[in-house]
Amino acid sequence: MLYREAGDFKTSYADDNQTFPIRFDRWRYYAVLVIAFGIVPFIINDYWVSAVFLPFLIYAIAAIGLNILTGYCGQVSLGTGGFMAVGAYACYKLMTAFPDINIFFHVILAGGVTAGVGILFGLPSLRIKGFYLAVATLAAQFFLVWLFNRVPWFYNNSASGQISAPERTVFGIEVTGANTEAWASYLFCLVFVVILAWLARNLTRGTVGRKWMAIRDMDIAAEIIGVNPLTAKLSAFAVSSFFIGIAGALFFAVYLGAVEVGEVFGINKSFLVLFMVIIGGLGSIFGSFAGAAFLVLLPVLLKNILVGTLGWPTDLAAHLEFMIVGALIIIFLIAEPHGLAQLWRVAKEKLRLWPFPH
Amino acid sequence: MPDQLLFAMEVTLNGLMAGVMYALVALGFVLIFKASGIFNYAQGVMALFAAMTLVGLQDGQVPFSHLINAIFGTDVHHFGWHLPAFVAIIGTVLVMVAFAWAVNQLILKHLVNQEPIILFMATIGLAYFLEGLGDMMWGSDIKKLDVGLPQGINLGIDETTFNWFGYGFFIDNLDIVATVIAALLVTGLVLFSQYTKQGRALRAVADDHQAALSVGISLRFIWVLVWAIAGFVALVAGIMWGTKSGVQFSLSLIALKALPVLMLGGFTSIPGAIVGGLIIGVGEKLFEFLIGPLVGGATENWFAYVLALVFLVFRPQGLFGEKIIERV
Repeated sequence: MLYREAGDFKTSYADDNQTFPIRFDRWRYYAVLVIAFGIVPFIINDYWVSAVFLPFLIYAIAAIGLNILTGYCGQVSLGTGGFMAVGAYACYKLMTAFPDINIFFHVILAGGVTAGVGILFGLPSLRIKGFYLAVATLAAQFFLVWLFNRVPWFYNNSASGQISAPERTVFGIEVTGANTEAWASYLFCLVFVVILAWLARNLTRGTVGRKWMAIRDMDIAAEIIGVNPLTAKLSAFAVSSFFIGIAGALFFAVYLGAVEVGEVFGINKSFLVLFMVIIGGLGSIFGSFAGAAFLVLLPVLLKNILVGTLGWPTDLAAHLEFMIVGALIIIFLIAEPHGLAQLWRVAKEKLRLWPFPH
Repeated sequence: MPDQLLFAMEVTLNGLMAGVMYALVALGFVLIFKASGIFNYAQGVMALFAAMTLVGLQDGQVPFSHLINAIFGTDVHHFGWHLPAFVAIIGTVLVMVAFAWAVNQLILKHLVNQEPIILFMATIGLAYFLEGLGDMMWGSDIKKLDVGLPQGINLGIDETTFNWFGYGFFIDNLDIVATVIAALLVTGLVLFSQYTKQGRALRAVADDHQAALSVGISLRFIWVLVWAIAGFVALVAGIMWGTKSGVQFSLSLIALKALPVLMLGGFTSIPGAIVGGLIIGVGEKLFEFLIGPLVGGATENWFAYVLALVFLVFRPQGLFGEKIIERV
């Protein structure tokens, strides 16, 4: 009834090119923004922010980043954890070296540094394809984690080998450090998410995005019709790493506050983000959000049910979580290879016709 | 002879032995990739799972005992028997065959004709599932695996080299056993694939699925067979690694090391897996020995991957891989 295009006329090219061509979608989008910015900050507490909202927002950024590389450009990467570590350590070095500059710029710059590293590790993608590339990105993962573990310069020679975020403020309000209010860190991340999602959406439907998709669908054919694989692949690596670097910086500075690189940014993080992208849907910005939400909420839910309600030991619940995540990946690949995003698309198609399907 | 050179020789020998261990894991990957074009990421976890099952059977552990105890509030943990190693190994082989059958029935059957990358991701899911299942069945504590393989320094080699050079080499007995077993395994596989009916069918499938189907070879049976063989190879690798460093989660990470081995050797070549394993084993041990101290050590974590990466840039199909031909 509500979800209708009837009467939704487009009279200009600008109208035709809108991200949300259907009025209902547009209003829903505004409503989500209003709720996220205007209502949620007033009602959330520490538990919700640290267990659900911050991980969701930060993983959403990382998932969008990986989706650009894997879903749009077709280059499978298993180095996400390593690139997040680059973002985190770049942010840390910048925060401690230039304490007077606003942390907002530090996070952006950390993304830029990661983009540079990403291009470096993306170079082999011009020669190596498919599985070989996926395994080659493992080199980035293991090398980077080792580097941050072993070279004291990166963690400012701290005795524990950890990095911990100093207190920084935005407009006089603390966003990092121990005394941060829940809503402040939430809003800080939300701003990044909104800007980056907007950026990703517009990049992927523009020239750059189309080049990426051409490369993904068949790189030789793309080359023949005039897509330069060098710039297309490297730009995908750069943009993807930029997003992932920002996610890493926020993960360290805002969410965790202190980081031990091997534990936080290990190979499991790479897989977690990859799973988000698969479950959410390859090649979809909405899918990145859906996948991130799913894999952030699932453990919280399982833990509450199994440990909280049924009284199972935590390690048993953790094993079951592994099994469920693994099984879900397989089920999704069999039943719906395009993930949650495809389910959403199908639902929308159905809604358009509802309640008169003929 | 100068000390430095002697050390380097010892390191090289140990590297060769370690390389054999990597090659053992890599072998399982190659088998499945050749027969079905599936890059089976779960191979490492299969090794872990096989080793866990072996220990569990040997000690008479009750499967899922933690789960049963948590749900019913009981306190079961052991059947109270102790199986001889040989019986336990046979039991584990049966479990791996059942696993191969289940994987084909539940997963691969539904993913026929999907892109290779989708199949790859499905095996990552499988790896997660199997990891959870293994811990759920047998518990996640570090277990000691002992099937009666000799362990510790080989005194014979120690003495001989001491008499020759005035410095005794440290070579683990287990590594020597592993080398022998790997050689036997490869010989066995080669004989199997050359001289038996099923082996020929296997090679036919590896060559061309469609053509194999058209001459009446059952793809489904061959896939179960090849997964079962890979399960057996995983068991052998699991026994070796498990005896060496205990059955624990890190076993599945060691298996990640098999990936650069494969990249070096080429995904489709059994000799490639062996040679690649030896190169990686020697390379990382020598690098750690010569360069490691200069850059802070623990270079073994990444050296194999970076070596493979650099190598692939110059030869994308690996040492023995089939040449990649791309058509539009």
